[in-house]
Amino acid sequence: MTDIAIRAQGLSKLYRIGERQRYKSLRESIMKALAAPFRTRGRRAAETIWALDDVSFEVMRGEVVGVIGRNGAGKTTLLKILSRITEPTRGRVEVYGRVGSLLEVGTGFHPELTGRENIYLNGAILGMKRAEIERKFDEIVAFAEVERFLDTPVKHFSTGMYLRLAFAVAAHLEPEILLVDEVLAVGDASFQKKCLGKMGDVAKGGRTVLFVSHNMTAIMSLCTRALWLGQGRLLLDDDARKTTEAYLLSGSSAALTRAWDEATAPGTDKVRLRGVRLVSADTRATLIKVSTPFTIEVDFWNHSEPRLLNLSLVIYSGEGVCVFNTASQPVLTPPGLVRGTVDIPGDLLNEGWYLVRVLVVQDAGVPLIDLEQVIRFEVHDTERIGGWHGRWVGVVRPRLEWRWDVLDRQPPPG
Amino acid sequence: MNSAEPLPLVVIEPTRRAAALRLGELWAYRELLYFLVWRDVKVRYKQTALGAAWAILQPLMTAAVFTIFFGRLVGIASDGLPYPLFSYSGLLVWTFFAQGLSQSSNSVVGSAQLITKVYFPRLVIPIAAVLSGLVDLAVALPVLAFMMWYYGIWPGVALLVVPFLALLALVAATGVGLWLSALNVEYRDVRYVVPFLVQLWLFVTPVIYPASTLAPLLQRLGLPAWLWGINPMAGVVEGFRWAMLDAPTSPGSLIAASTVTGFALLFSGAYYFRRVERSFADVV
Repeated sequence: MTDIAIRAQGLSKLYRIGERQRYKSLRESIMKALAAPFRTRGRRAAETIWALDDVSFEVMRGEVVGVIGRNGAGKTTLLKILSRITEPTRGRVEVYGRVGSLLEVGTGFHPELTGRENIYLNGAILGMKRAEIERKFDEIVAFAEVERFLDTPVKHFSTGMYLRLAFAVAAHLEPEILLVDEVLAVGDASFQKKCLGKMGDVAKGGRTVLFVSHNMTAIMSLCTRALWLGQGRLLLDDDARKTTEAYLLSGSSAALTRAWDEATAPGTDKVRLRGVRLVSADTRATLIKVSTPFTIEVDFWNHSEPRLLNLSLVIYSGEGVCVFNTASQPVLTPPGLVRGTVDIPGDLLNEGWYLVRVLVVQDAGVPLIDLEQVIRFEVHDTERIGGWHGRWVGVVRPRLEWRWDVLDRQPPPG
Repeated sequence: MNSAEPLPLVVIEPTRRAAALRLGELWAYRELLYFLVWRDVKVRYKQTALGAAWAILQPLMTAAVFTIFFGRLVGIASDGLPYPLFSYSGLLVWTFFAQGLSQSSNSVVGSAQLITKVYFPRLVIPIAAVLSGLVDLAVALPVLAFMMWYYGIWPGVALLVVPFLALLALVAATGVGLWLSALNVEYRDVRYVVPFLVQLWLFVTPVIYPASTLAPLLQRLGLPAWLWGINPMAGVVEGFRWAMLDAPTSPGSLIAASTVTGFALLFSGAYYFRRVERSFADVV
């Protein structure tokens, strides 16, 4: 009895793209065949793309493995091959156990049929036997919270109800291996919360799960391991934390440092900026987590004469909201190269992108330099306790002290 | 978890040789087949104002039109049977075949959503499309019984052959349906060819006229009488009239020829379908 659930070796999938239409008409094919002897140019090679390129990995029974990567990296193609929806061009997979795939929510739902009828239909399509559907019917209805609408045609359902029902059926699939493809990206916040919660239960239940998602927080908390696909190739196969961090780092278009030489430096003949740099306290200099404290250094030249100067930084969120403004105390500064440093504590900023605006101010009121979007950095949310993985609201996210007191013990009822 | 029971192993790799039919797998998915037929029937009836009545009205109205134009005006012979009965009985099985053909030819393309998201043996789709026509056939049969009572015509022992003929019609419809649905995925013009094909096929099948009309022509050309049976529906329709209405014909050779072509269409259709199936999700 083997402990392997999935063993993939050299999986590759070739797609033809470009000029060639996906389907042809007989007329075109006949015309092409007739014209062939007259064609003087050589046949132009059809444009092809390797959606998957020599991917090999093994998944053990009970493992929950995340699959991450940019759009178009081949994640959905991999799931389609594992689900037997499409064939690999090369390579081979051994799958031990029944596979249930959630590539879409509500597959096969028919708008004219009622909620009840669609539960049976969708369940059968996903691979459940009729007896199994009947056994789980009440659970499914309770999970979806649609008791009152069971006998209404689904076309009258609101989007929310539709999604809940579709997910409820899919969530009660009990195959040995479950493949999930970003189904959780649709729907409102409460729906996503429900889905992720159920995913968590399934994962803890000892089932083998392959989970494709762009939600790094969910991947980190649900998965023990992650596969990073890029342009069809397996770039990294390691534990979830290492893989997601590597993925995040690679995509970061953060610009944490700006430097100018004397000729191009912004400023006036009084002061000129030399460089601005953000340094994270994390050992890997570019990954800033919510809890990571970091430092911003501003280097500038003060020309000719001493002045009363201070630095001012304004932090803007990616949406353009001004988060805060911090300014140093005015100091009588001699001419020369000066560095101002400010420490920004961890557990202050929420996850997201931030832009920094730098000002050099004279006499506590006259801005000599005012430069927007000098550097940009991203704060990552990678540690989360508890079951909820949605986006934390708020521009700031301070960690504050709470006290908890039971003021008055209530006697037990009865 | 019971570790003594081995889990099913599936190996996924590019198919090189001719694909096997995998009938065992088809049997394992029989419940899905049932649900798809159930869905088609339910949806079809929910959407029409007339509902189940349409299954009766279509062959009945066509039979009425045929009776007026072919039976009365043109005066076609009808093997000694009253023409309304002659045409309605033929149309009953013909409608099943024609519907099965039209429904199944577009069934795979019409199920594109399913095919690209879930796995199940794709053969289920065109088969379900043809099977859903059985319900319509069952609904229209009582009208035939009524007409037979009205004209005082009863079947003899030959009635026992009817289930076999129904099976043959099913086989023929499924066979052609498999070919058309598979071809339609790659060549979308098939969808436009089908209505034309069905019309042509109607005239080639002895529905409006009896097969005996053709016998002298075949004899003159020196061709055997069963040649017409190459059209699988020829055997079904002639056989049905002979079995149900005790028509004075002997369609034995016709039925034999039709059985051969019917099953040939079924198996060739199934193999072609299975061979092309692997690219469905990529092309559809």
